[in-house]
Amino acid sequence: MPVARTHAIALVGVAGHLVEVEADIQNGLPGLLLVGLPDTALREARDRIRAAIVNSREQWPQRRITVGLSPASLPKRGSGFDASIAVAILAAAGAVPAAAIEGVAFVGELGLDGQLRPVPGVLPAAAAAAASGLRRVAVPRANAAEASLVPGVRVLSAGTLPGLLRWLRDGASSPADPVQVIDGGREPAGRAPGGGPPGPGPDLADVLGQPTARRAAEISAAGGHHLCLLGPPGAGKTMLAERIPALLPRLDMAAALEVTSIHSVAGALPDQGPLLTVPPFCAPHHTASKAAIVGGGSGVIRPGAASLAHRGLLFLDEAPEFGRDVLDALRQPLESGEVVIARSGLTARFPARFTLVLAANPCPCAKGPGHQSGCECTPAVRRRYLARLSGPLLDRVDVKAEFLPVSRGELLSDAAFAERSAVVAARVAAARQRAAERLRGTPWRLNAEIPGREFSRRFRPAAGALAPLERAMDRGQISARGVHRALRVAWTLADLAGLPRPGAEQTSYALGLWLGGPA
Amino acid sequence: MADKDDLGRRGEQLAAEYLQQSGMRVLDRNWRCAAGELDIVAVDRRVLVACEVKTRSGLGFGSPLEAVSRRKQARLRRLAICWIHAHGVLFDEVRVDVIGLLRDRAGHFTIEHVRGVG
Repeated sequence: MPVARTHAIALVGVAGHLVEVEADIQNGLPGLLLVGLPDTALREARDRIRAAIVNSREQWPQRRITVGLSPASLPKRGSGFDASIAVAILAAAGAVPAAAIEGVAFVGELGLDGQLRPVPGVLPAAAAAAASGLRRVAVPRANAAEASLVPGVRVLSAGTLPGLLRWLRDGASSPADPVQVIDGGREPAGRAPGGGPPGPGPDLADVLGQPTARRAAEISAAGGHHLCLLGPPGAGKTMLAERIPALLPRLDMAAALEVTSIHSVAGALPDQGPLLTVPPFCAPHHTASKAAIVGGGSGVIRPGAASLAHRGLLFLDEAPEFGRDVLDALRQPLESGEVVIARSGLTARFPARFTLVLAANPCPCAKGPGHQSGCECTPAVRRRYLARLSGPLLDRVDVKAEFLPVSRGELLSDAAFAERSAVVAARVAAARQRAAERLRGTPWRLNAEIPGREFSRRFRPAAGALAPLERAMDRGQISARGVHRALRVAWTLADLAGLPRPGAEQTSYALGLWLGGPA
Repeated sequence: MADKDDLGRRGEQLAAEYLQQSGMRVLDRNWRCAAGELDIVAVDRRVLVACEVKTRSGLGFGSPLEAVSRRKQARLRRLAICWIHAHGVLFDEVRVDVIGLLRDRAGHFTIEHVRGVG
């Protein structure tokens, strides 16, 4: 059989595309020609595959081999095609029966000794295979758990090429490397997503002396509102931000698969139990580049921090220290919930619907306000420092909370009032539930996602509730867009309080959160 | 050294016999010029065939055919043109063939003939 055909998956962003791998063996001088827009890592596959096949004690065809990857116009990157190319060559040489490779997608990098090595992005690859109608996916053993998260595929996992070939030939497992067959989509017992208590970790009750900031975190979690924390060093900004994921409900199955896919492409999945069900928390350092935040990179396009924080929290500590272009680059994901990276020949899309949490010191010296602290920043310097945040970014932040330095007495007295994360998480879950019921039949799930025009149509607040906002608008404190922003928060406050619609109390509170101010 | 050269000569001899058996006429052997050497020059109907012969006694260094790189293919084609110039003859077509011979332990040869490589 001179031509054999297998399937592999090319990833563009987190979307997988089915690639047909054809191997043709013709008379001619021995050699392997790889065509179909391969990148350097894939071009090197020629030498890797040859060594792997020979070291697997298989016969390397001493003739002219042409391997074509189609569609040829799609750029193909990385080493994940090794396994499919090797199997296609052996099938073309007649060493593997054609029936056995029918309807199988092969994913995996080959070691020179014939080992099957794990590759990033196996979860979206398996999902793409299933969506294209392939029933079986052969993956390296280390990726088996990840691939088996996809419902409707049968996962064959092997540690080595000889083990996989043995299974393809006669369906038997070799004793040295048994092939495991797992039916995808069956969630292992005890790790059901959605429910379950949040794991042990930092607790909201640890953030003492900042009751309003804790409340702001709760509001942000309940409505998905972006949050800005302003305060002197040591007041607990970072501490509070780290505790917000515990307030959020666990991800449902669809969201968990989405989040896990992104982390899979980034190669950032934990080995044990790869399904991520806890909302991710991503805290890039302020020296991070634009590509590190929104994604990019030469060659393989990797998701950035904004995408790794999808359905979770993106925490920018010392936000004014971030590069201007980095902060500006966040506008697209904040607006559309996804990052689009265009390159010659392809456009990669990464979902990036995150809750933004900014933390900033009130002034660049970071000594805190007050005469005794030793801060010598002039008002102009302080204004300029925070102005780096204003405009595009701060305009989209609905909840602003200011931290004040706390005395020892306040810390002690607050200990009696600080609620544990679990208590607050229950209120957040109830508020989200109420919002979800109200938004049933709309594309939105959280108050923060409701477009402004809907507030004058479907979601009108109670009579008279708009008065505080209208007065603020007359005074020039808030723009028309700001009114919509405050209304979103007001709806969340109503959800948290169990009210059918926000009243004047909620809109006043929301206005206060929008304007920010001392806690 | 002598062993290796003997093997090469024996291989070329067998290759020439093989070509004649398959209906080709051998015109020249081990023809040299400044640019290099042609192992066998033969005629297949109206086509001039420049033939490179590679003989191996084992696969330790890869198959005999693998030893003919792209550069060598190009050189063989140039040499074929040189041969035509030197002999003042005309051909419709020039072809480069490679013959690989592998000797097993018992001293038997396996012949592989690849036509039209370069």
